Amino acid sequence: MGTMTMVQAIRSALDIMLGRDDDVVVFGEDVGYFGGVFRCTDGLQAKYGTSRVFDSPIAEGGIVGAAIGMGAYGLRPVAEIQFADYMYPGYDQIVSGAARLRYRSAGDFTAPITIRMPCGGGIYGGQTHSQSPEALFTHVCGLRTVMPSNPHDAKGLLIASIECDDPVIFLEPKRIYNGPFDGHHERPVVPWTGHPLAEVSEDHYTVPLESAAVRRPGSAVTVLAYGTMVWVSEAAAREAGVDAEIIDLRSLWPLDLETIVASVKKTGRCVIVHEATRSSGFGAELAALVQEHCFFHLEAPIERVTGWDTPYPHAQEWAYFPGPDRVGKALRRATEV
Amino acid sequence: MTPYPPLKLHVPEPPARPGQETDFSYLRIASAGTVRQPPIDSRPTQTTDIADAMVRVLDDEGRAVGSWDPHAAPELLRTGLIAMLKTRVFDARMLTAQRQKKISFYMQSLGEEAIGIGQAMALAPDDMCFPTYRQQGILIARGYPLVDMMCQLFSNDHDPVLGRQMPVMYTSKRHGFYSIAGNLGNQYIQAVGWAMASAIKGDTRIASAWIGDGSTAEPDFHNALTFAAVYRAPVILNIVNNQWAISSFQGIAGGEVATFAARGLGNGIVALRADGNDFLAVLSVSRWAAERAHRGFGPTLIEWITYRAGAHSTADDPSKYRPANDWARFPLGDPVSRLQKHLIRIGAWSDEEHTRAQKQVEEEVIAAQKTAESYGTLLSGHVHNASTMFDDVYKEMPAHLKRQREQLGA
Repeated sequence: MGTMTMVQAIRSALDIMLGRDDDVVVFGEDVGYFGGVFRCTDGLQAKYGTSRVFDSPIAEGGIVGAAIGMGAYGLRPVAEIQFADYMYPGYDQIVSGAARLRYRSAGDFTAPITIRMPCGGGIYGGQTHSQSPEALFTHVCGLRTVMPSNPHDAKGLLIASIECDDPVIFLEPKRIYNGPFDGHHERPVVPWTGHPLAEVSEDHYTVPLESAAVRRPGSAVTVLAYGTMVWVSEAAAREAGVDAEIIDLRSLWPLDLETIVASVKKTGRCVIVHEATRSSGFGAELAALVQEHCFFHLEAPIERVTGWDTPYPHAQEWAYFPGPDRVGKALRRATEV
Repeated sequence: MTPYPPLKLHVPEPPARPGQETDFSYLRIASAGTVRQPPIDSRPTQTTDIADAMVRVLDDEGRAVGSWDPHAAPELLRTGLIAMLKTRVFDARMLTAQRQKKISFYMQSLGEEAIGIGQAMALAPDDMCFPTYRQQGILIARGYPLVDMMCQLFSNDHDPVLGRQMPVMYTSKRHGFYSIAGNLGNQYIQAVGWAMASAIKGDTRIASAWIGDGSTAEPDFHNALTFAAVYRAPVILNIVNNQWAISSFQGIAGGEVATFAARGLGNGIVALRADGNDFLAVLSVSRWAAERAHRGFGPTLIEWITYRAGAHSTADDPSKYRPANDWARFPLGDPVSRLQKHLIRIGAWSDEEHTRAQKQVEEEVIAAQKTAESYGTLLSGHVHNASTMFDDVYKEMPAHLKRQREQLGA
């Protein structure tokens, strides 16, 4: 057991699966010799050879389409889309191909593929390197959408995703690759070193899909968050002095509804936090589920703290990013009603 | 003042519309036997002339001529002819069944039968085909049960895909027939991925990808060509140029000034243009392409020239957008009668045998239809239970789908 960053944990998961299963292949733009722009595949081509880990042309539709064909053959490809913002040319292949192959062929063909993509903001990436398109995947039946918030989960969820026989969209919040960023961009960067969730086993283990984690038990309000927003919410609760119960969804869809419902029934209040734009965002689905299942336990309106309904701006990043101040205000509003 | 005249948008038009007569000279048909067969290890630049010509083996008298003559055993050709006859009878009866509302929708392959069947006979049975909706001949050539095909069409409770897909969207992994998506072009790059996987695993199987002239405009086509060339994937990239998408002519897909085969060359892929209504040419060119794939020379792109003799589907009326006598005047003729003529000429077939074979396939198709209809049709409502719609969305049914299945109450 040692400390790993999220990048190292992801690399460890890929390393383990490449080693254990000859059917696992890893490919995408710059992932081969160079090891990926975020270094998640560093050293893997040297270890497993060019037919297992290789570069792809800059064609996301080609990357996803080829992965589906490999999956139909019987491989378990792990494809990297360099930034989630570049996913759109591959979206048709994800929606019309990967997500429905099992269904439309009644199980004759399947696409057990994992599509990794760095997402989210906080790196001055502007509109083309900051997006959080999770709702475009959670809306598609047949897909699993996963987003880890820490190195331990990143490794366990990625192994579970690769071993899963369904197509999995694996979203990696790039701002927390190297540390648990809490939204205080003005403060020094905090690395993963020493963080309990950065203690990652070198061995094979899984974090089950469809299972949420309670990051911080509390009684005043339930916070539903995932990815970077887990750490922002934790800072917000601490700074606002609100005894929030913070649930890290981990698997966005299909999701662990039981953990959510149990918590909201206990606290009677709910704040949903995500970086993505607000309208028709995944928070809308979460709010609907909470009111369907917990209506008579609710003591305050459900709050959503999200990115604004604008493209992700560059110079105005911190006005856009839903940081601890905005989350803290929502926590207070939800608990003061 | 600008010295230039006002600009004008060019919108390609077909050579003829209803009431006019098509001038087919745009096809630039070569005489049979005149196009050379290049060496198996040719580079793309060494096939430039063939991407702009037309490989043909059968001449107008039914003789096999030139270097592309596959010297196929007569028995193989008879099998091919019977598969074409069966496909044609199958199509005709299913078209009628659609008009009787037993089927919601149908797409026939009339006039194009040689392409799928000829290629299927050039491949090993476990080479994987990624077809469009007009290669039902592959399934028939590979012996997929007609009853299963019909149950899919009738959407009855024996439908192998459980009523989830529109008619004609067959699947059979066992017969090397990839699930048809229905959204055009999707399968083309997936075929390349499958072929890459075969190479990654050191397998000996190859893939056969299919697309129509119209769908070559989709990005999937261009992605497929890029990936196939880059990774030298063991795949045959077929383009069936049947001249028409629904109502739009191949010129609208970009076929007006360059052949579709030429798309291959620019991507670094060996490319050929061939007579798709010439069974011997289909067999021969497909064998050549398969051999290249097996020997590690990578992909081959083949543009097959044919004519969509029927409507696009049961949802359109071609007399509204093209001359009604086009197929009768199509200079590459009918693939069935051309192969029949050749077999008779070489003494391997006779009119009597043809009549008998025709009768036999009709009886076989009718018998299959009787069995399939006994399980029900869309009209009789014997469809799979609605609760099965929740299966196979995921491998294991998640909680939200279990809840929805309960809500449906089926």
